[in-house]
Amino acid sequence: MGMLFIILLSPLIGFLFSGIIGKYLPEKITGWISSLSILVSFVLSLQVFQGLSDTNGGPAFEAIGFTFLSVGDIFVDFAIQADRLTSLMMLVITGIGFLIHLYSISYMHGDKGFYKFFAYLNLFVFNMLVLVMGSNFLMLFFGWEGVGLCSYLLIGFWYRNAEYGKAARKAFIMNRIGDLGLLVGLFLVISSCKSLNYSDVFAAAKSGGLSTEMVTAICISFFIGAMGKSAQIPLYTWLPDAMAGPTPVSALIHAATMVTAGVYLVVRCNVLFEMAPAAQQLILWIGLSTSILAALIGLKQNDIKKVLAYSTVSQLGLMFIALGVGAYSAAMFHLITHAFFKALLFLGSGSVIHGMGGEQDIRKMGGLKSYMPVTYYTFLIGTLAISGMPLFSGFFSKDEILATVFTQQPIVWFLAVVSALITGVYMFRVFLVTFMGSFRGTETQKQHLHESPALITVPLIILAILSLVGGLLNLPELFTHDHAQWLKHWLSPVLGNAQDDLHHPSHSTEWMLMGLAVSVFIAAFLYTRNKYISHASVPEEDAEMTGAAKWSAHKFFVDELYDKVFVRSSESLGSTMNKADSGIFAGLMGWVSSGISYMSGLFSKVQNGRIQYYLLYMVIGVILMLVINIFI
Amino acid sequence: MNPDSVFNTLDISHYIYLSSVLFCIGLFGVLTRRNAIVLLMCIELMLNAVNLLFVAFSSYMGDSAGQLFVFFIMVVAAAEAAVGLAIIVMIYRNTRSTDVGLFDKLKG
Amino acid sequence: MELIFIPIVAAFIAAWTGKWSRWISLLGSIISGVFLLYFFMHFNPDAGVQWQWNKPWFSSAIHFHSGIDGISMVLLILTNVLCPLILLSAFHKKEDNALLFALIVGMQGALNGVFVARDGLMFYIFWELALIPVYFIAGLWGEGNRFKTTLRFFIYTFIGSLAMLASLIYLFSKTPDSSSFSYETLVAVQLNPNEAFWVGAGLLLAFAVKIPVMPFHGWQPATYTEAPAVGSMLLSGIMLKMGLYGLLRWFMPLVPESLPTFMPFIVGAGIIGILYAALIAIRQNDMKRIVAYSSLSHVGLIAAGIAVAGETGVQGGILQMFSHGVNAVGLFLAIDIIERRNQTRFLHALGGMAAQSRAFAVFFLVIVLGATAVPFTNGFPGELLLLKTVFSYHRVWGVMAGITIILCAVYMLRMYQFSMLGESKGTVFNPLAWHEWVALSGIVLLIVFFGLFPQLIMDISAPAVKQLLILIQNTKGVMS
Repeated sequence: MGMLFIILLSPLIGFLFSGIIGKYLPEKITGWISSLSILVSFVLSLQVFQGLSDTNGGPAFEAIGFTFLSVGDIFVDFAIQADRLTSLMMLVITGIGFLIHLYSISYMHGDKGFYKFFAYLNLFVFNMLVLVMGSNFLMLFFGWEGVGLCSYLLIGFWYRNAEYGKAARKAFIMNRIGDLGLLVGLFLVISSCKSLNYSDVFAAAKSGGLSTEMVTAICISFFIGAMGKSAQIPLYTWLPDAMAGPTPVSALIHAATMVTAGVYLVVRCNVLFEMAPAAQQLILWIGLSTSILAALIGLKQNDIKKVLAYSTVSQLGLMFIALGVGAYSAAMFHLITHAFFKALLFLGSGSVIHGMGGEQDIRKMGGLKSYMPVTYYTFLIGTLAISGMPLFSGFFSKDEILATVFTQQPIVWFLAVVSALITGVYMFRVFLVTFMGSFRGTETQKQHLHESPALITVPLIILAILSLVGGLLNLPELFTHDHAQWLKHWLSPVLGNAQDDLHHPSHSTEWMLMGLAVSVFIAAFLYTRNKYISHASVPEEDAEMTGAAKWSAHKFFVDELYDKVFVRSSESLGSTMNKADSGIFAGLMGWVSSGISYMSGLFSKVQNGRIQYYLLYMVIGVILMLVINIFI
Repeated sequence: MNPDSVFNTLDISHYIYLSSVLFCIGLFGVLTRRNAIVLLMCIELMLNAVNLLFVAFSSYMGDSAGQLFVFFIMVVAAAEAAVGLAIIVMIYRNTRSTDVGLFDKLKG
Repeated sequence: MELIFIPIVAAFIAAWTGKWSRWISLLGSIISGVFLLYFFMHFNPDAGVQWQWNKPWFSSAIHFHSGIDGISMVLLILTNVLCPLILLSAFHKKEDNALLFALIVGMQGALNGVFVARDGLMFYIFWELALIPVYFIAGLWGEGNRFKTTLRFFIYTFIGSLAMLASLIYLFSKTPDSSSFSYETLVAVQLNPNEAFWVGAGLLLAFAVKIPVMPFHGWQPATYTEAPAVGSMLLSGIMLKMGLYGLLRWFMPLVPESLPTFMPFIVGAGIIGILYAALIAIRQNDMKRIVAYSSLSHVGLIAAGIAVAGETGVQGGILQMFSHGVNAVGLFLAIDIIERRNQTRFLHALGGMAAQSRAFAVFFLVIVLGATAVPFTNGFPGELLLLKTVFSYHRVWGVMAGITIILCAVYMLRMYQFSMLGESKGTVFNPLAWHEWVALSGIVLLIVFFGLFPQLIMDISAPAVKQLLILIQNTKGVMS
């Protein structure tokens, strides 16, 4: 089906266009054309979505390009597909992608690398589409590495700054660690299923062709890949550093789309994960600890983008909790609402940073409410949505996850609620410190303060509306009977019977849980309000922190630990080997050659140039020959 | 075997002994003496020892090929002496010495 | 046939023509390429060995026997595409370097000879012949300790070659009536296990030194570093493929009896070499040295993949030989361009060049990504297949080999970052000259094109590989 290829190729064309001739065109044209290339994909994705709502699930649309590899038992086509899961992801990617493109036209205005930025952004969308649209695991891997690459390019976009470059490399390398896991998973799949196509692999799994150990091994390998991409413990430290990139990048790649690829992977392979309870347990606990750890770190960060980054890590942890208990549609639901409100928050913070002339420290902000009203209101909506204000999108998606967890593992449920509480606290902290109180920046910054232009505020408003109403996608049965759980029904062809064994709590329990969630939200709000509004306190300086706060502010020293354990050790190993290499292998040759030259020195003494000695040797030789001849 | 030959009055072994002794004397001289002219003379002595042996065996075997070789050797020896002496004269002009111990330009 | 002699004749003409040398060399090189194109157009992968040319040479036993099959074809394409690019990359050197161009194009002829040889002794002769030009290139145009380094290189490879010659002659003596060095008769020789071990060891030594596999690599880093750019390109881009090609074409079919014995060692040495070289590369400061060690790391994987003797591994190996050749030449070319403009190639003295030349930054980035095996570049499919092969050979080895994708990213990106990004160190980066444009864009096109369509290469070599593997498995019935 050609339409799928157009969806895929349109951003690629945008990439080539911006990359090759974008340099010579005015900024506006480059920006709009690459935005349009995404819009084309979006509109066509809508059409695909439409088409899928007619069909009753099934394999949906497929398109085969060309044979990529065909060797031995490996046969891989460059083939894409769109089923119901994919179409949701496509809409998120292209929809939010388009808004962020628009936003960037204004945000990146005047940057020397304007055309380059749009080229990379388009390339990213292309790769992300490859990731979700591929119809086999290798295509997924293509997109998987491709988005990692784009992430690298965009984090290090301001390449003159060596620190940014370092952050970019860190992201790429940590992702590659995950990629290795994914790759191992691919090899296991090839060797056990002789195919990489989703349909073949899942069919083989369903028919019981795979042993439980094999499925578990595959799932754990895949999850290691997901850890890297979706920033789960222990591979999460790259994501906060990745905030070095321009803010639209953080919004698109490091909040809405790329980091959710891990979730997509697990949902896509739900057939396999359902067969591997051990892997599910691993996911559950990793997701839980990531969610709490990142939330704790987020409490004490003062860089507005860093707070959002840790919050992203924490929310991704929440999605993995859902995946761990098998609530795939709940995870997808949260993925989508999270994409809305986190993109909104990032873009809002970008608007703030834009207004503040590049300042990112919330201690230097304050009272921005009156200067930037649109940003203020949209950011408020985002904050309410993420902290779980009733009727906002985040409330429903979180509640769905928590309710499912409650029926299965009450302890996990309790810890997840704690995590949600902390989330509320730090989000309100950021929001209140930034927008309320009085301005604490310099005079020049104050002069400069202004509301951002329409290209920035319009995407904010659209996203704010989506964050507000996103909950409609999957309303719990409590509220409505006709349209309840739309998302779950939509995904049912993909998820098959993976969802059947999930039983929802009774209505009374659900009401109780919801009430608890609301009280958690209110508690968080009251606590922060008390601290930052009533007492008008400002987060303390780093040096003043003590005890647990210091640990939290220093991210529990995980970076330092990794640096010591992995980076330093491999570097010193490298140094040692380097010495050994020049010592042993070059040295060995040196010994051989010096040995030879020593021997030749010995023999050359014999060649003293005196003819009589030569004659003497000859005579000795003749005599020896005679002796040998006669006596032996 | 040719009974008329004067060589036959003596047993062949005597000739062998004599030429061996002569050869060894020449060889000893070549190895120990340092004067180039003496060296040449010693080489001459060795050649003549070989010549003697050739002639003796030629007679003993009744085959004239050996005597033919002797003439060849004499010619070569004469030429060698001429060339060798000329070289020695040249060397002497250059170094004012005929001591072969000084000629070690071929040293490795 | 033409592939061998046209470049060599061109070399002889070029050596005497002074300032026209570079053009004549380029012409010779391209004509050879055109002939190859003709062969390629009429090439049928399924038809086995084609364009055979078989004439008695030194004696009735030693023939000049050339022929092209799928595997040869891939390497011939590599050689004849890269050599003109290498020539172009050296075009800034003018009159007084007539000999350099002649040597490069002569090298092309010798390499073609290696890849078409169907006779054991002819193979050996061209194998040695290929050594001579690169020896002079490294010795005369090199830098630093070049005499010592090239001598070391020469001794290493020569010892290996002699061992190979001994093995070939032993095999020859075992042919019926000691009558022929031809590939087919050599392959048909039956050996007892003991003989097979020693003959195999001899051949393997030659190839292991040339590749180089880990404990035999002592010559490699210094030689790559101190040879001039063209020398490094020839060495890493094409010449070390001789070793891999030898492993595939000569070692495995000739003495498959010894393959089960040697296989764990080749795989093990290859994989330890991967990690070892990659770890060293992380700590290097000299760009050429980084590439030298990365090359060591990559070929370790290829050798391991080929040695497993399965279709996936061999095909992946061939693909990766091609890709690695392109990438290595690209990397050395980029480093040469950097070095000529900055008078240094040490990372701590470089930086900020991306701001000075966007085009070069993009070219270099694509080449680096190719070497890092990012999808959609040529490095990826080959690496995927090779890793898969090693993984199915043994899981632990496979995962260890897989670490290369992490380490490779570490050192390649480190190199790119310190040289191209950050603040400029104040040097002036002259715009790329036309010949640099042509060479760089040629390489970048190859990287992207074969990143998307690796199957094109696979299709060329697939039947030949299948045949070869059947040869290994059935003729002597030892392999399982």
